[in-house]
Amino acid sequence: MKPLKYAIALVFCAFVMTAQADDLFNSDQSNLKSGTLLKDRPAYSSVTDQRLSKPEARNWLMYRGTYDSQGYSPLEQINSKNVKQLKTSWTFSTGMREAHQAPPVVNDGYMFVTTPHNHLLALDARNGELLWRYERELPEDLFQMHPTNRGVALHGDYVYMATADAYLVALNARTGKVVWEQEVEDYASGYYMTMAPLAASGKVMVGVSGGEFGIRGFIAAFDAKTGKPAWKTYTIPAPGEPGSESWPGDTWKTGGVPVWITGSYDPATKTTYWGTGNGGPWMGDARPGDNLYATSVIALDVDSGKLRGHHQYHWNDSWDWDEVSAPLLLDFQRKGKTVKGLVHPGRNGYLWFLERGKEKINFVDAKPYVKQDVFKSIDPVTGRPEYNLDRKPQTGKVTTFCPSSWGGKDWPPAAFNPKTRLLYIPANDNVCGKLKGEEAEYREGQLYLGAVLEEFEVVLHEDAKDYIGELQAWNVDTAEKAWSVKFKSHNWGPILATSGNLVFAGGTNDRYFRAYDASTGKLLWQQRTNSGVIGVPVSYEIDGVQYIAVQSGYGVDAEREQALLNLSQGKSTYVPQGGVIWVFALDK
Amino acid sequence: MPTNQGRRTTLKLGLLAVLWSPLSVFAARKPKPEKMRPQTGDHLVFAYGEREGEIITPGDITLNAKPTEAFPKHLASNVTRSRSRLNALLLVRLDPQSLSSVMDKYAADGLVAYSAVCTHTGCTVEGWDAATQELTCPCHGSKYAAANGAKVLLGPAPKPLAMLPLKIKGGEITVAGAFSRKVGFTVNKY
Repeated sequence: MKPLKYAIALVFCAFVMTAQADDLFNSDQSNLKSGTLLKDRPAYSSVTDQRLSKPEARNWLMYRGTYDSQGYSPLEQINSKNVKQLKTSWTFSTGMREAHQAPPVVNDGYMFVTTPHNHLLALDARNGELLWRYERELPEDLFQMHPTNRGVALHGDYVYMATADAYLVALNARTGKVVWEQEVEDYASGYYMTMAPLAASGKVMVGVSGGEFGIRGFIAAFDAKTGKPAWKTYTIPAPGEPGSESWPGDTWKTGGVPVWITGSYDPATKTTYWGTGNGGPWMGDARPGDNLYATSVIALDVDSGKLRGHHQYHWNDSWDWDEVSAPLLLDFQRKGKTVKGLVHPGRNGYLWFLERGKEKINFVDAKPYVKQDVFKSIDPVTGRPEYNLDRKPQTGKVTTFCPSSWGGKDWPPAAFNPKTRLLYIPANDNVCGKLKGEEAEYREGQLYLGAVLEEFEVVLHEDAKDYIGELQAWNVDTAEKAWSVKFKSHNWGPILATSGNLVFAGGTNDRYFRAYDASTGKLLWQQRTNSGVIGVPVSYEIDGVQYIAVQSGYGVDAEREQALLNLSQGKSTYVPQGGVIWVFALDK
Repeated sequence: MPTNQGRRTTLKLGLLAVLWSPLSVFAARKPKPEKMRPQTGDHLVFAYGEREGEIITPGDITLNAKPTEAFPKHLASNVTRSRSRLNALLLVRLDPQSLSSVMDKYAADGLVAYSAVCTHTGCTVEGWDAATQELTCPCHGSKYAAANGAKVLLGPAPKPLAMLPLKIKGGEITVAGAFSRKVGFTVNKY
């Protein structure tokens, strides 16, 4: 054989062999690890817009299970009568530290879980067998204030993750191979992402974090198949746009207003609803004005990104009260009428009831669900609060206010059970905040807070000796509290409601994951886990067996609040770190 | 099932193919000078503020004052190495008598340069407590002892901040060698 022919033959042979090696080890990418052979993996059920609009009861296809963000599973094999027999079915150690907050997203046997530092694991949801694991190589100069990730979105045959270096990555759901990745913004300017993307109408949408770095927040949509940018809508209007008059001078350029939690979606009107963070820097006197659309809910057309309406929960924020949780879409009764509603337990300590009108959002009513000493009153027509100015932090002053910057409820999502008509809120009461405002100088990619973090303190109300954390249940039709479970610990537990008359949540520093009677709040079952449970719980069913799944893995703000509570309470409570996926089913 | 021998051959041949593939040029590229870690002989310049870009002299740094943020600069080529956060430095002046012996090779007349990047998750260490001489990280509350080689006193940081050796000669501060350890944070391996 002539040398050239020999070389060509060798290359051909090598390619064939490499392809074989791929199938053996699935190791064509250094950051992809595989647990099972490709040929042994089950078929994958493609995810359509129709399936996302009406997910099968057996699946958990997105962050909150359904577009309305109710966090409700219609499964009822596990119920308030038999939940005592709930046993661990399998566990999986992620091998990672920091905050494990992502829901295990499940599509017909495939489970997708993200961890801090953007690892993405695909598991066999029946038995915890690892199918593949993608490990994103993050840049070494990344500034990670919040090492966490809140999960994936599914569309077609792809699974999507938003990353800490501000990329949107699409992977083949069956193999874990990267199909495309798209830079959403430059991480060096302080942009990053921790949310689960939202897939709808053939698009994948993400919002950006980085309010503490002087970003200009936005929501962006990408074509689900190709990753091609579809639209980008800023949360701060540019000069000349409606609302721009609420930002003086150049403050709009670095005014923050991040969006770091997945939006809700109404397929009937093709409208997405997003919660927005606070303006930056933190002291409102650095940017006098209402600062639209900070600390608001905004309604965007899913196909164009056009703003269809907004409601600002509170103006000119100075408390770091991000209102990032998307409102729950649900109908409630008021004065004998059914209101197509938006319901939001605010970080500002008020429970907000709004109406989602065609081209605008209307205020219905609001009332405090924890001790709140900032609002003097709420305008009954517009919902605009009037402030007690002594409780509004300012530059050069120390101000105390309730609730603390972590609010009545931070990011952990509330849930709604349409059978009990109850809204379940993971609340924190009796913890007030103390902030010292200072002038902030903008430097690209550096903290731009305008508050002295070393003097960031919690101040406890005298009732804190009785309780801090709470699981509250509110009847949405009467806007009255039905029951409440109180904890000595602060509570950072996202909530799952199920048709089996159950509420599942962890969130306390004693590492328990618990099930409660949805009607009465009675504790029915609990399991102590490896770490603190701040992950979003889900439920799914395979082969006639209902499972409950959640990640345990403490970190980020729950841990930070624990450190400050330890200082003020003279305690040394320690919650161990390390992530584990827990999956439960009834004992047979 | 292929034998082990078969597997090895497959891998070798696969490797060969990778080497030949025009798409797989993985030769380590030399970083751009403005991103390179500090080099021996570099000067230090103010990273921010009114004097941004000006060379720092020993007299600019006062005893026990809040750390001055600095970047290394190669004077001959006029390149400030500011395009990587991993080059951000904290310059402090402490009483030379108070310094731990681990700092002997790094400090010059009580002048110390620490990496500004927290070893926990890479935040910029900004805080300073003059009374206790602690460098503090705003993100997760780690505290480092400035006079003791940035030993971790509190918080989740797993390792001390890296130190950069300094030399003072003829009234000029220059870099005298490489960082004492890898700068920044490392993701835990499972």
